[in-house]
Amino acid sequence: MSTGITMRGITKRIIACLDVTKGRVVKGVQFVDLIDAGDPAELAHLHATSGADEIVLLDITATSDARPILIDVVRRTARQLFVPFTVGGGVRSLDDASALFDAGADKISINSAAIKSPGIITEIAERFGSQAVIIAIDAKRKVGGVVSSEGAVAAEVYLAGGRIATGRDAVEWAREAESRGGGEILLTSMDCDGTRNGFDCPLTAAVATAVNIPVIASGGAGSGDHFVDVFKAGCADAALAASIFHFGIHDVRQLKAQLQNAGIPVRLPC
Amino acid sequence: MITLIDYKAGNLTSVRKAFSYLGQESVVTDNPKQVREAQALVLPGVGHFCTTERLASSGVRDAVCEAIGRGIPFLGICVGMQWQFAGSTEAPGTEGLALFEGACERFQTTLKVPHVGWNQIRRTRQGTQSRLLDGVPDDSFVYFTHSYRAPVVDGVSAVTTYGETFASAVERDNVFGVQFHPEKSGNTGLRILKNFCSAAERSAR
Repeated sequence: MSTGITMRGITKRIIACLDVTKGRVVKGVQFVDLIDAGDPAELAHLHATSGADEIVLLDITATSDARPILIDVVRRTARQLFVPFTVGGGVRSLDDASALFDAGADKISINSAAIKSPGIITEIAERFGSQAVIIAIDAKRKVGGVVSSEGAVAAEVYLAGGRIATGRDAVEWAREAESRGGGEILLTSMDCDGTRNGFDCPLTAAVATAVNIPVIASGGAGSGDHFVDVFKAGCADAALAASIFHFGIHDVRQLKAQLQNAGIPVRLPC
Repeated sequence: MITLIDYKAGNLTSVRKAFSYLGQESVVTDNPKQVREAQALVLPGVGHFCTTERLASSGVRDAVCEAIGRGIPFLGICVGMQWQFAGSTEAPGTEGLALFEGACERFQTTLKVPHVGWNQIRRTRQGTQSRLLDGVPDDSFVYFTHSYRAPVVDGVSAVTTYGETFASAVERDNVFGVQFHPEKSGNTGLRILKNFCSAAERSAR
């Protein structure tokens, strides 16, 4: 019994992201001007059945509102989801992470708390495994772009949904996060996010080649070509998008067919 | 009734949820007595191989061996499958069940480790009769996340390639194991769990 497909090895992942606030999925441009995009549980199920390889739910105002993430939204969303499910936003402690795993998350994503107290990465990884810990990095290019003598891309890490600059370099922080037990990097380009003009491929490549763990590119997806670019030029292991999927602009299967035609291994049929 | 073994590592919610979706009741326990009396056993697992040490110290390991000896279907997932081998270089002092020969080792590849994402499984010659993989076409995609991999030895029913070829499923009599996460592998994974439920039902009769 064979599907007639050849073995293509590990595939590049397409991840649908749900930015959630107050229990609803929203989409903004460059982290502001939020509009309602629907119910998280419904959208997660819809994306999974239409071919998304993974679902990420981010509570984008948990940190800025200084409140815990909405556990029942997570539980409700996880209930009928049989693809990997990551939850982030407002994870500050091992207890926060444990509550999310109990509610059905497979991985948690930490951002602000990891920068403020990096020991939390190790703590969660030791209890739940590195594969369960995603380090989310929101990065913005420094003015002037390329500054390093090695020709590396300089980008600064931001916290609290892009509200606070840290002075930390994105590549350097990604390396540290890996060494502390992070299992994947979710790299969001704040410059590109919401623009639909394409991913920041040079920045993604800079981070993806600096670490030995998977890097998920985020911010800027607007067309199938953008995904081709971020997998080829950006060396990304996975690419994440939100709005282009929510409003049905892009069908995940169609997107994957395009990637496959471009020679990028994807999970298809899915 | 499926008994899920809790050894305080990783996360049982997803596996439980998948069984519940399939209409299969499950119970979670770390009690050796309950393990010994189970009708079907599942050892989910993520994380470090050394966490299986707890199974030995708590008496669960002996209970699992007894249950297997009685012919109870036993499914190991991820580290749970690795535990069915002799051991792992991840934790050299920790003994596995040695139901399959050889030890798990870290990937020897220039590719990124951990191996994370959707990859394909292909049956070995032994795997053509696999009950666990019944109805699952070769080259189906399943979700992996691991840094150590089991060797391709007698009893391996499916293999996967990531820089090198490794055991992605094992099966012998009433013992089943998968390196990937069936609870996270969409319809393919649900089919595999359903096959395990069928094995459990046959055994209960």
